[in-house]
Amino acid sequence: MAISNKLINSQTNKEKTGNDKTINNSKAVAIVGTDAVSEAMRQINPDVVAAYPITPQTAIVESFSQLVADGLVKTHMVTVESEHSAMSAAIGASAAGSRVMTCTSSQGLAYMWELLYIASGLRLPIVMPNVNRALSAPINIHCDHSDSMGARDAGWIQIFSENAQEAYDNTLQAIRIAENPDILLPVMVLLDGFIISHAIERVEIIDNDIVSKFVGDFNPPYSLLDSQNPVSVGTFDSLYGYFFEFKRQQEEAMLNAFKVIKDVGKEFGEISGRHYGLFESVGIEDAEFAIIATGSAAGTIRHLVEDMRSRGIPIGMIKLRVYRPFPAKELAEALSGLKAVAVFDRSDTFAGNMGGPIFIELRSSLYDLQQRPLAINYIYGLGGRDLSIELIEKALGELIDAARSGQVKQTVNYLGLRE
Amino acid sequence: MTANLTKQKTSTKLKDLVKKPQILTGGHRLCAGCGAPIAVRQMLLGVPDNVKLVVANPTGCLEVSTTIYPYTSWNTSYIHCAFENAAATLSGVETAYKSLKEQGKIKEDYRFIAFGGDGGTYDIGLQSLSGALERGHRLIYVCYNNEAYMNTGIQRSGATPMGSWTTTSPHGNSSSGKKENRKDLTAIAAAHNIPYVAQASISHWKDLVRKAQKAFAADGPVFINVLSPCHRGWRFPMENTVEIARLAVQSCAWPLFEVENGKWKLTTKVPKKIPVGEYLKHQGRFAHLFKEENKDVLALLQENVDAEWEKLLQLCGEAE
Repeated sequence: MAISNKLINSQTNKEKTGNDKTINNSKAVAIVGTDAVSEAMRQINPDVVAAYPITPQTAIVESFSQLVADGLVKTHMVTVESEHSAMSAAIGASAAGSRVMTCTSSQGLAYMWELLYIASGLRLPIVMPNVNRALSAPINIHCDHSDSMGARDAGWIQIFSENAQEAYDNTLQAIRIAENPDILLPVMVLLDGFIISHAIERVEIIDNDIVSKFVGDFNPPYSLLDSQNPVSVGTFDSLYGYFFEFKRQQEEAMLNAFKVIKDVGKEFGEISGRHYGLFESVGIEDAEFAIIATGSAAGTIRHLVEDMRSRGIPIGMIKLRVYRPFPAKELAEALSGLKAVAVFDRSDTFAGNMGGPIFIELRSSLYDLQQRPLAINYIYGLGGRDLSIELIEKALGELIDAARSGQVKQTVNYLGLRE
Repeated sequence: MTANLTKQKTSTKLKDLVKKPQILTGGHRLCAGCGAPIAVRQMLLGVPDNVKLVVANPTGCLEVSTTIYPYTSWNTSYIHCAFENAAATLSGVETAYKSLKEQGKIKEDYRFIAFGGDGGTYDIGLQSLSGALERGHRLIYVCYNNEAYMNTGIQRSGATPMGSWTTTSPHGNSSSGKKENRKDLTAIAAAHNIPYVAQASISHWKDLVRKAQKAFAADGPVFINVLSPCHRGWRFPMENTVEIARLAVQSCAWPLFEVENGKWKLTTKVPKKIPVGEYLKHQGRFAHLFKEENKDVLALLQENVDAEWEKLLQLCGEAE
């Protein structure tokens, strides 16, 4: 049964938990993360969806297929024979001026790899939820961030979600960000496999009309189907061409994305009561040390951080929401003056004790500060390994020791590893 | 899906065809004597009047030589994405068209055609092609088949005939060229039970244009495999391209047929079949086969051509 039927019949929930209690235009439902994403896709109502099943993303494709079968969306769905063709068809459909979505996980994302660069290089605003799952080998279906981190230099905007609500919210905002004329880049919405995708949570679904108005229409700057202005897309650019300039323009678009993501997050706050920026800070203003984390782990860590703060411990937290573009300047400003930071990474770079990707980039971001905090890295949760309260407490203990002693015992640490 | 494509009222008279608009315009950088643009131009003579066209290319000679930024030789909308995915990319374009047309956002009638070399079609693009054919998109996929990877410098592909020299199937003391037979991609496409599949040659332009007209009339996927010799890779003088293609047909190394709604039909009969050696001897890629030590390979090639021809005659109901 399609989730939409359940949602359409559900009761409007008067009680709001967002930070703006005056807004009452949504209904709260208990759904899994994949249904939160397909519900966002139903409301976006894209012209074309091209997708291929892969655990744990499959449930999105299934429920969206049912929406198409029930005639609840205008979408034409291409049930391709591979993720490679999913992204290829998405590229073709987007170049033809339609609003296009796809979704994937893990090996599927890896299989799309060359096309990710083509989608961004052709400046096609494709939106793709990626349900984060470990990459083989050994084959493992559970959560880590190695799949999307492998695409971090592919020219896609990447936005992490902490829970099902954020997966829904981010998917809606992604359309606006991708299609902004100053951006025109594809956007990946990231949600943790199983932890978010398959857990039932309370999710507020905004009224259809309000979402439609927020998302708006897609006005492509070029289209293969504009018969008055035929275009050649994906042409050959050789040694004496403009390749370098194209690439620099992609970087310019990424720079523009900082402002657009914040603007869209603010506007989304006005319709939902949930405001979004590049990252979320907890008590960073008066903290002496802080944790930086992303994805579902941020929820568990926030719980501990707030508990410690209530006991007078000067700890703060930053939940990184936007990983591409990487908000280096803003993070450095927020962390300036702190004694120590601990960065949680759900993937490794295998670079020879350099740490995880977020750590490497955050540490680089802090380099120009007059007073740099000490930096510790915790690689955790690979292949779905559980991040327990005890493990986070262990890391927090080491962070506090580093801040007090002024020394880091070990820079890169593997949290929860059986040794 | 079972419309009778034969009864479409279209002309193959030269006086009508010369009035057709030039969709692939001059000034491109393909080699003089290249078979590919001949195949493209003959196919595009089949475009019905008053329809718009989107052309797709996988990566290959045709793509790199006709779209050198900021120039384009395509007097219509065109997309190149990657090497192995022209069919999937074009299936996305076609789906966007259906969606936007249904919403009333597009008024014109569009057709969609991909031109891929044999590397991008027989080998790396086969999965993408098969998926698009199976899904039933209304698109035409044309393989301009020059029987090797020519854009990268003449490497063997799944379309390369047995015995052929290429840079990755060279002949030497312990090799007489490519060891394996080529795969029968036209039959593979026909096995998808799509409305129209055909094999054609640039040497038989009238046959090709008629097939193009049927292709554009078909309400579903179409696959056409066009022999398009490459004088650089096949090693013959550039002015002989069309003549070499004709010898391929006359020797039955490249028979011309169609499969229309499942019915196999020989479109060009070969009353006087010439020995395959008469076709091969003009090409440097087969020169080593005419040495004494390789006469077995040449004989085997003839055997294979004969066997495939007999099989085709049976499929077409022409067997004696």
